[in-house]
Amino acid sequence: MSGKHRKVAYYPGCALEETGHAYNRSTKELGKALGLELVELENWNCCGAMEVKNLDPKLQTYLSARNLAIAGKMGFDTVMAPCNGCYHNLKKAEYDLGHDAGSREVVERLSQKAGHETYEAGGVSTIHALDWIKEAIGEDGLKNRVENSLKGLKIANYYGCMYTRPRHIFPEKDKGPGSESTSKPHFMDDLLAAAGADCVEFPLRTACCGGAHTLSDSDISTKLVLNLLTTAEACGAEVIATECPTCHTGLEMHQVRAEKVFGRKTRVKILYFTQLLGMALGLSARRVGVQENLSDASDLLRQKGLG
Amino acid sequence: MPIHEKSLIRPENLAIHEDLTIEGVDVSGHWSTFIKSRAVTDYNEAMEQEIAALPGGEYIHRCWQCGSCTNSCTVNAVNPDFNPRYWIYLIRLGMEEELLRDKDIVWQCVSCNKCTYACPRDVNPEGVMKATAHWLELKGHTDQKPSMAFDEIFSAQVFATGKIEEGRIIRQFFARTGQSLFQDWLLALARGLAKRLPVGLLARLGFAALFRPRTSGWGRAQAAMAEYLGEQQAARRSALGIEEGAKR
Repeated sequence: MSGKHRKVAYYPGCALEETGHAYNRSTKELGKALGLELVELENWNCCGAMEVKNLDPKLQTYLSARNLAIAGKMGFDTVMAPCNGCYHNLKKAEYDLGHDAGSREVVERLSQKAGHETYEAGGVSTIHALDWIKEAIGEDGLKNRVENSLKGLKIANYYGCMYTRPRHIFPEKDKGPGSESTSKPHFMDDLLAAAGADCVEFPLRTACCGGAHTLSDSDISTKLVLNLLTTAEACGAEVIATECPTCHTGLEMHQVRAEKVFGRKTRVKILYFTQLLGMALGLSARRVGVQENLSDASDLLRQKGLG
Repeated sequence: MPIHEKSLIRPENLAIHEDLTIEGVDVSGHWSTFIKSRAVTDYNEAMEQEIAALPGGEYIHRCWQCGSCTNSCTVNAVNPDFNPRYWIYLIRLGMEEELLRDKDIVWQCVSCNKCTYACPRDVNPEGVMKATAHWLELKGHTDQKPSMAFDEIFSAQVFATGKIEEGRIIRQFFARTGQSLFQDWLLALARGLAKRLPVGLLARLGFAALFRPRTSGWGRAQAAMAEYLGEQQAARRSALGIEEGAKR
């Protein structure tokens, strides 16, 4: 435990206010249980998600930069975003504003017209909820606090696209031992293993769930998700652990859609890694929002003596 | 996965000889190395520059055709006709008619960024796919595709309130694309959730639907973004030689 990130700015983002609320709830509960303080950004806005960039990429940079500026104004140098989309967009804004004069010009102009501070590159840096736990508590810190080990639970860790790609916006990754890898990320594996889980070798950890087109091209999304679900099952997983609300909801939705539309039933359960860590620390299933998931994992959790 | 280049040769361009002997060797029949010769004269020499003028397309000129994008592509694994390398090749040569054969699938790029990760030349193939899909729509070659409708509905909410409300987006998107909200799988999802009765979550979703979540004091940001987007869209139309006031 390094004592890093004891108190950070918290950017939940839009999805965590609604369909991804279980992730929001479990992240906050996990922080509380570990003695880590989260201070929500005041009056934040949408980061642009995967859509605004398709109208104009620099507008997305502005939307994300506004949130970074708020963190700076509140006196923070670190903002933690649990959603892969938010995390990715804030990281991309940091990168673009540090490297591209055109982006800086647009963000400066829009921030002035909107009447708020302009984010200066390097002022605030974004971390993911995985970095937060890994760096503030670490595997050893977690091991010491585990009350209800996940022992026996076979987990496939699914990281998705936005956590590692494209690699140039994540300068702190791929820095050798101890750092996160963009080709084979392992932070979630490390943390869940420390909580007693049996993490299976899951080759599709950074494959795409089709989240960007989850409603606009549902058949392709269902095929991509079905591929993830059946592979996880073939790897022996009982649970897929997620760290992104879009991936999580996509997996849940298309698991049902695969059964209803293509007649392909899969049994693997889908849980946020924060829910799993929370239960390992002795929090109840209800406390970490398992009832708010679309994928009903209650039977499995009871059977494993969790929740 | 290898690139199946032979799949790019259409059957009508294959030469089949009923009776052909070359230097004593009988090469009759379906022989895929015989491709009918043809002269292409209708190059669209402006196409590469036009796509480069749209966001995401800026670095298309860097491509040296290694095929890493297509090799790594998520959609290509589902549909082999989805071929970023080939489309970049066609665009750079100006072979518009060939590109238009695939005009109805270009929009299906899921932005997973595997291509951008793999590309040794920083072409940003993901951006090129978006630029190409926009080019096809702006030029009137395609109608608005579902993903573009989704982008518009989603962004309009962000511009209007600073945040999104998921229920509203789903309702508007299904209405615009003429789909029913009462589909088997959606109903099954709703039933599953209702069974466990997460009262807090349901109250939260209901509250968000009634009182749209919003960022306070958003008006000035909204006006600044609208002005900027208007300028950008006008500049794009002008780069593509589209008259002001023309459709989209």
